[in-house]
Amino acid sequence: MKLHFGRATRRTFMVALSAIALTAGVSASYAESTIKWMHLEQNPERLKTWQDIAAAYEASHPDVKIEFQFLENEAFKAKLPTLLQSDDAPSIFYTWGGGVLKEQSETGKIRDITAAMDADGGAWRNSISPAAVDGLSVDGKVYAAPFQSGLVSFFYSKALFEKAGIDATTIATWADFTAAVQKLKDAGITPIAGGGGDKWPLHFYWSYLAMREAGKAGFDAAKGGEGFQGEAFLKASQLMADLGKMEPFQDGYLGANWNDTQAVFADGRAAILLGFQDTPTPQTQANAATDGKGQPPENLGRFAFPLVEGGAGVITDDFGGLNGWVVSTAAPPETEDFLKFFTNVDNMSMMAEKNGTLPTTLGADVGVKDAALADSAAQMAKATWHQNFLDQDLGPNVGRVVNDMSVGIVSGEVSPEDALQQIQDAFSMEM
Amino acid sequence: MSQITTASGVSARPFSFLGLSRRRRSQMRGKWPVLVLFLPPALLLFTVFVILPMGEAAWYSFFNWNGYGLPTQWIGWKNYELVFKQSAFRNALVNNGLIILISICIQVPLAMWLATMVTRNIKGATFFRLIFFLPYVLADVAAGLIWRFVYDGEFGLVANIARAFGQTPPFWLADKQVAFYAVLAVIVWKYFGFHMMLFIAGLQSLDKSVLEAADIDGATGWQKFHRVTLPLLGSTVRLSIFFAVVGSLQLFDMIMPLTGGGPSNSTQTLVTFLFSFGVMRMQVGFGSAVGVILFIICVTLAFSYKRVFMKND
Repeated sequence: MKLHFGRATRRTFMVALSAIALTAGVSASYAESTIKWMHLEQNPERLKTWQDIAAAYEASHPDVKIEFQFLENEAFKAKLPTLLQSDDAPSIFYTWGGGVLKEQSETGKIRDITAAMDADGGAWRNSISPAAVDGLSVDGKVYAAPFQSGLVSFFYSKALFEKAGIDATTIATWADFTAAVQKLKDAGITPIAGGGGDKWPLHFYWSYLAMREAGKAGFDAAKGGEGFQGEAFLKASQLMADLGKMEPFQDGYLGANWNDTQAVFADGRAAILLGFQDTPTPQTQANAATDGKGQPPENLGRFAFPLVEGGAGVITDDFGGLNGWVVSTAAPPETEDFLKFFTNVDNMSMMAEKNGTLPTTLGADVGVKDAALADSAAQMAKATWHQNFLDQDLGPNVGRVVNDMSVGIVSGEVSPEDALQQIQDAFSMEM
Repeated sequence: MSQITTASGVSARPFSFLGLSRRRRSQMRGKWPVLVLFLPPALLLFTVFVILPMGEAAWYSFFNWNGYGLPTQWIGWKNYELVFKQSAFRNALVNNGLIILISICIQVPLAMWLATMVTRNIKGATFFRLIFFLPYVLADVAAGLIWRFVYDGEFGLVANIARAFGQTPPFWLADKQVAFYAVLAVIVWKYFGFHMMLFIAGLQSLDKSVLEAADIDGATGWQKFHRVTLPLLGSTVRLSIFFAVVGSLQLFDMIMPLTGGGPSNSTQTLVTFLFSFGVMRMQVGFGSAVGVILFIICVTLAFSYKRVFMKND
């Protein structure tokens, strides 16, 4: 049986623990600040870039120590609320912005970094893309330092498209897309790699379809309190259900997690993947593929999520992530300065080059060397609207219902009407 | 202790506390220091780590609360209503029931059969005892990961076997009709060794002379098992089923790496449901309500089982 350990209990326990720790380590360290940096990076090469930046900062600031703490993605989401309220809160931690960040900002456990952003005539703020700063702000207060953003697009295997006789450049509408899916099926090729086990990879489809149907105004109205049962959302859900009926995904996609899904695409077992901007980079392909190589960059192409006929959305409406670093109240005062250093042009262009990120720091895109990434970056530069992942933007509860329902609709488990009702039920609980 | 029922139907002990004999009173006095010294630490720990959290969970279950700050939004029984409205919760209840059923119908008989085999004086019996017990020694998470790979429709053992017979490989864990049966198979595989050990212990404590008497009376092997061994093993069977019930209600570690409760919540158990819908969604109030329901189920089952089936053990 599992029951929640209550807060008071935890507090008692933590006090006892810290008392022991204090008496044990009282002589160990003084006049030294430790920045505890909680991250989710599993790839040692990418982490190395961060460690190099941290080491450079430590070298110029001998009184600051930077300590890396790792948590796996899902574990991080589950543990953070407890961790943040304990005495062992990390100094800085990863954020996707959106509803979760908003909830965190209401607890008083994270620091408003607006003042640091605006110091020296707004030196730090002006160095970062305004849309990114805005995306990590709640009611005009900046709650996280942005460092990377992302774009979800369709990626496809040129070889498999050619085999099925499809010209990707002609895919402009959803109808074109489903026609291509049918052609792939007819050619005996699995059209799409889908990750129904992790659920969120399929929420990309629902989100994009809803964005294309409702447009920015419709979407903002829905989020603002109108809810998700309007005509546009119903149409989007029906399109999603129709896609599911075509059985476009690989066998067993309902059990596939994201790693499995990426492997399906990188192995060439499916022709299309709706994925992150770094999908076609050699690094991602090598990590994802079963043979450790994956698809060569020249075999992979990208196209933006197509428009739906009669929808209010435009092709330059983007969907993708935005990441930053949140500073907890318990963090040492040097933390903001370190983040400012971390997000400077030099460090961020190095990150872009070595880690394949799309930096939010202005001018750091010179580091984007990979052609495919530069292509995504170019589309983002033209963005008329950048919508954050819905499972972040709508908060953990509604977001997860959206994920569940995306899988429910596409697998035919839940009807579009019931799905929207369930999303609405969760949404109205939050309001 | 003998009891006298008074006229009013209230039972009273033959001696009231004050009427204790001198000897008993001095015995009590001898026990006081022990009570004073040893009870408080246990009582304190039990209160802080068991009673308080339970009370808090019950309290939180009446709030719409995401775990940040203090709970303020009192919503009465709404969380409980929401829990029972969730089809995933009903799935979880049914699944927990299925686990208990499979334990009783397949796992316990299998364990008993194997136990009777490996307690015989045959070559290799100890070796097989070890082999059968091995899955139980393995960590639940590791077992889940291993079986996820075994069931993988692309590279797994099951897929390769299917291909060897010229069949298209199945994706059992992705098929909501089949996934839970696949999970049940893993559960039986993982825990039969534990139940087997219980039965081995039970068999070893049997009075051999009874079986010898049965031999002399000319009982067949099946008669010996059916008429002698099984009745004498009664308490072990009841204990084994009790562990199966408790284990079912606790099942979590293995499900998470194996299926995470999916597809379509078809493999949720009560605890994975609590985790996915309470903890992961930061719906602490809702999760607490699930916790309270789980607690009530546990307590009811445990006590009624002990009273009804294990009262003589």
